[in-house]
Amino acid sequence: MKRTPDVAPIVTALDRPNSYIGRSVPRPNLARLTQGRAQYVSDITLPRMAHVAFVRSPHAHARISKIETTAAKQAAGVIAVVTGAELAKVMTPWVGVLTHLKGIKSAPQHPIAVERACWQGEAVCAVVARTRALAEDACELVEVSYEELTPVTDAETALDPTTQVIHPELEDNLTFERKHEAGAPDQGFAQADAIIETTFRFGRHTGVTNEARSIVADWNPGEQRLTVYQGTQAPHMMQNLFAKHLGLEEHQVRVLTKDVGGSFGIKVHTYADEMATVALAKLLRRPIKFVADRLESFVTDIHARDHRVKAKIGVTRDGTITAFEIDDLTGIGPYSVYPRTSGIEANQVVNLVGGPYTCPNYRARARVVFQNKNVMCQYRAVGHPIATSVTEGLVELAAAQIGLDPLELRRRNLIPDDAYPATGASGIKFEALSHHACLAHIDSMMNYAGLRAEQARLRGQGVHRGIGFAAFIEVTNPSAAFYGIGGARISAQDGATVRLDATGALFCATGVTEQGQGTEAVIAQCVATAFGVPLERVRVLTGDTDNVPYGGGTWASRAAGIGGEAAWQAGKALRANVLAAAASILQADPKKLDISNGVIVDADNGRERIGLDEVARVVYFRPDTLPPGFQAEMVATRHYVPRGYPFAFTNGIQASYLEVDTDTGFIKLLKHWCVEDCGTVINPQLVDEQIRGGIVQGIGAALFEHCVYDERGQLLNGTMADYLVPMAPEMPDIEVGHVVTPTADSELGAKGAGEAGTAGASGGIMNAVNDALRPLGATPITEIPMTPDVVLRALNKI
Amino acid sequence: MKPAPFAYAKARSLDHAIALLDGAPDARVLAGGQSLVPALNMRLSTPSLLVDINGLRELGEISRRNGHIEIGALVRHAQAERSSAIAQLAPLLTQAIPHIAHPAIRNRGTFGGSIALADPAAELPACLLALGAEIEVTGRTGRRSVAADEFFKGLFETALGPGDVLTAIRIAVPGSAARFGFAELARRHGDYALVGLAAAGTVHGGGLADVRLAFFGVGDRATRARQAEAALESGNLDAAVAALQHDLSPHSDVHASAATRSHLAGVLLRRVAAQLDSST
Ligand SMILES: Cc1cc2nc3c(=O)[nH]c(=O)nc-3n(C[C@H](O)[C@H](O)[C@H](O)COP(=O)(O)OP(=O)(O)OC[C@H]3O[C@@H](n4cnc5c(N)ncnc54)[C@H](O)[C@@H]3O)c2cc1C
Repeated sequence: MKRTPDVAPIVTALDRPNSYIGRSVPRPNLARLTQGRAQYVSDITLPRMAHVAFVRSPHAHARISKIETTAAKQAAGVIAVVTGAELAKVMTPWVGVLTHLKGIKSAPQHPIAVERACWQGEAVCAVVARTRALAEDACELVEVSYEELTPVTDAETALDPTTQVIHPELEDNLTFERKHEAGAPDQGFAQADAIIETTFRFGRHTGVTNEARSIVADWNPGEQRLTVYQGTQAPHMMQNLFAKHLGLEEHQVRVLTKDVGGSFGIKVHTYADEMATVALAKLLRRPIKFVADRLESFVTDIHARDHRVKAKIGVTRDGTITAFEIDDLTGIGPYSVYPRTSGIEANQVVNLVGGPYTCPNYRARARVVFQNKNVMCQYRAVGHPIATSVTEGLVELAAAQIGLDPLELRRRNLIPDDAYPATGASGIKFEALSHHACLAHIDSMMNYAGLRAEQARLRGQGVHRGIGFAAFIEVTNPSAAFYGIGGARISAQDGATVRLDATGALFCATGVTEQGQGTEAVIAQCVATAFGVPLERVRVLTGDTDNVPYGGGTWASRAAGIGGEAAWQAGKALRANVLAAAASILQADPKKLDISNGVIVDADNGRERIGLDEVARVVYFRPDTLPPGFQAEMVATRHYVPRGYPFAFTNGIQASYLEVDTDTGFIKLLKHWCVEDCGTVINPQLVDEQIRGGIVQGIGAALFEHCVYDERGQLLNGTMADYLVPMAPEMPDIEVGHVVTPTADSELGAKGAGEAGTAGASGGIMNAVNDALRPLGATPITEIPMTPDVVLRALNKI
Repeated sequence: MKPAPFAYAKARSLDHAIALLDGAPDARVLAGGQSLVPALNMRLSTPSLLVDINGLRELGEISRRNGHIEIGALVRHAQAERSSAIAQLAPLLTQAIPHIAHPAIRNRGTFGGSIALADPAAELPACLLALGAEIEVTGRTGRRSVAADEFFKGLFETALGPGDVLTAIRIAVPGSAARFGFAELARRHGDYALVGLAAAGTVHGGGLADVRLAFFGVGDRATRARQAEAALESGNLDAAVAALQHDLSPHSDVHASAATRSHLAGVLLRRVAAQLDSST
């Protein structure tokens, strides 16, 4: 284990002659993206392409008694007007359940509502026209008669016997329930000197991607083949689902995903309107484009995080945590989202609460219920911000109660750095974490003692500043334990194919995808380093189910750790193949040769022997000169899936420093720190920016982002004017530090880094606000977003 | 999010603009387009005709005449923000404009557009109330002047009739005893205010006279707090804050409850009163 303040170290095992591991090389796609030469789905135009717009339900729950389409069909430029019933003949419905989430249930969902609309914004009719504008004009001419039904909106009462059951065939509104008990929680609480019990509330919010969801589907009857251009995180998963629900073989579907303008988990699900677009392309036998606009994004992109957690911690006077208990309730909309289900976030909350600590006593219950709001599902750092805020909120409330410094309380309870492998109270397995090293690092990095002194001094002047922490663990590099064992056809393994071209450059096709986060750079770094060429000699292809190895794509912080390892291994394998060819050309021992900076060299002294271009020339154009019986193989493919542990947990700690204007309830963020341990850092700049971007999304949740629904199930702020995303002027400086504990599960040793920032930010900020307000006798705040309303109420000013 | 079909005409002159508006009762003036175009895209507004007044240079000037500063309707927020004449003669505006949206929007958005739109949380309508400005309107029947106090009628409602073009704003050049104050609270920089206050007064003896307190974001339009004004003139700040309970009827929305708005209005009044005082 090694601590570094800013730049991550080069790990020796990976320190090849021209190593790019641990270097902040610019991403190869930067110029393409910054010059506006990227290829987003919106940029795709095909011959005979038509556009679809959807008529969407204005009601949260309503029976569709009649859809009158005559006028719309006659409108200018209209090609077809298609209802849910008509489309149901083309595409089968789906049910979002997985077998490893015992008892989870959901109802069949159609691409377009049939008979009943279950949330405001659900598509009830499709209009296909020459342009999107004409399609929207005609949407206004579709007359839908609705019979309003009572909407179920409050998760708290969704299970009451008097509440209407949304899907009568399911008998109740319970989607999923999990109970867990470990150690002896009752005994733990009995031993405690102080028990803190409170309720945390997390606002429903969404992930606002720069590029909206978009898809172009093209059915070619001549080939009997569907080509789909889609901004998605998981092309192979989508290939499977399109095929399955259209009654096609997988090889009849090709999914192409070029540049994607941000995903954050939003683009890893099955969306009814995207499925409808694909079905319409098959029905109408022509390319159809659908690009969600901002208004429909707010009511259809998955929401997340709407949780109410009753929580309890026991602690002794000397600062030993004796037990944790939680009761989580979350409302996920009318359907469990396909195919990953909407039970995962609550399941994660149960898995992760108390995770950084040694305390073995834990009781948890999570209930997931249906309601008539937009669907909820996995969004960046699934469940982590909930579990971290609950755990860390309790820890700081406990510290305040017993009068112990909050960092010191953590020091006394975090799993020791030399205690691994270890198992958490929820049963999760840790290979090797570094909580104490991270805590020590952040302590010195932020000058904690100095900040406390400054805080006290300013307090005397009526300035109320707060310091808050959040230690966290993050699930990364998932094995099949996440989805595969539950029956979902979502690949946990990933592959890379590396090919030497005829001039000695490399071409790498990878199953992981680029969402704007820099996957292409990381894959190129792994290949260039493993093989031995300058970075610019590696070209990376992603997102094409016809041409990349079968893989899972980008989610759960897996692209670098899993895709990177596959690329690393493929690069090594191709190096061995190329050295075999070079050795036969040079009549040398391949073991005594290496490749450095694009040249075959003597391994021991680096003397240049022959260029890669020359090897390629001989292999491709003069194979007749090679010894008889020698066949050069200039393509190598390798796959990787973590086998040692179900997940490569990472860990870290964040700290927030802020000032509360106690007159207005406004919160000003002054500074944020994060020290994290994602194992081997392949590209420090990309890791730091993942952390920073993640923190900014956590800040969004803490202070701004909230999908506000009324009791009728109407979203009240579904525009960019009213839904507040975090913006630059309100963001603090964010300092990132690293501790490096590589995973032994892979040679590269890289774990994921994509979600750590989001995992801890909101909890740290909540703790800092409470730290600022505590001396004023405020009621502790246990809900986010912390709006002026919330803060002023805590201060008893309104 | 595509607008419903509409026709477009570029006005060659003010008369031409008025004639065009006259020909289509549901026509809309297009100024900076920063509010109108999003409304069109969301189909909240579906006019049959847009009359683009951006070519009318005579509406884009800032000038001083007859003891007034005159700001043409087409003066962009950014232009006003940088204007030394405005900084000198209407410093309240210079203080307020940086709170309007973001630089890109201020580059296009116009003075006249903001006033004509009359968003209840916008800065400029409140400033005009505080400054006692006159709004010049030109219509089929000619030119008329409306006092700011008479101009804002309700939620997005003004004294402008269907065929009217707002052509200029006139503000009396203040005397040396004039004092101004401005503050607003917005969740993020550039957002419309949760609550804002534009204020003016004159130093008189030891206190303030002619106090004008114009709140925004706390009602269906920018609103004078008249009882609070009187209390402040009599030197009683606490009474002025208390009087806001009568003067204002804030609403609840997704950004803040009525109770929060009401509380924040009091906080702002104390802060702005200090500005009026400290500038003596
Ligand atoms: C993201 C964003 C944030 C914003 N934040 C703020 C803010 O914080 N504070 C604020 O005050 N504003 C804000 N605005 C609005 C901005 O200031 C607009 O520019 C302004 O409200 C309208 O000016 P415009 O010239 O763009 O008018 P347009 O959009 O062209 O027109 C607006 C309306 O006024 C009418 N109109 C325009 N000019 C005239 C005229 N001369 N005579 C008669 N009618 C006319 C139009 O017909 C239309 O109905 C924001 C806008 C955006 C997009």
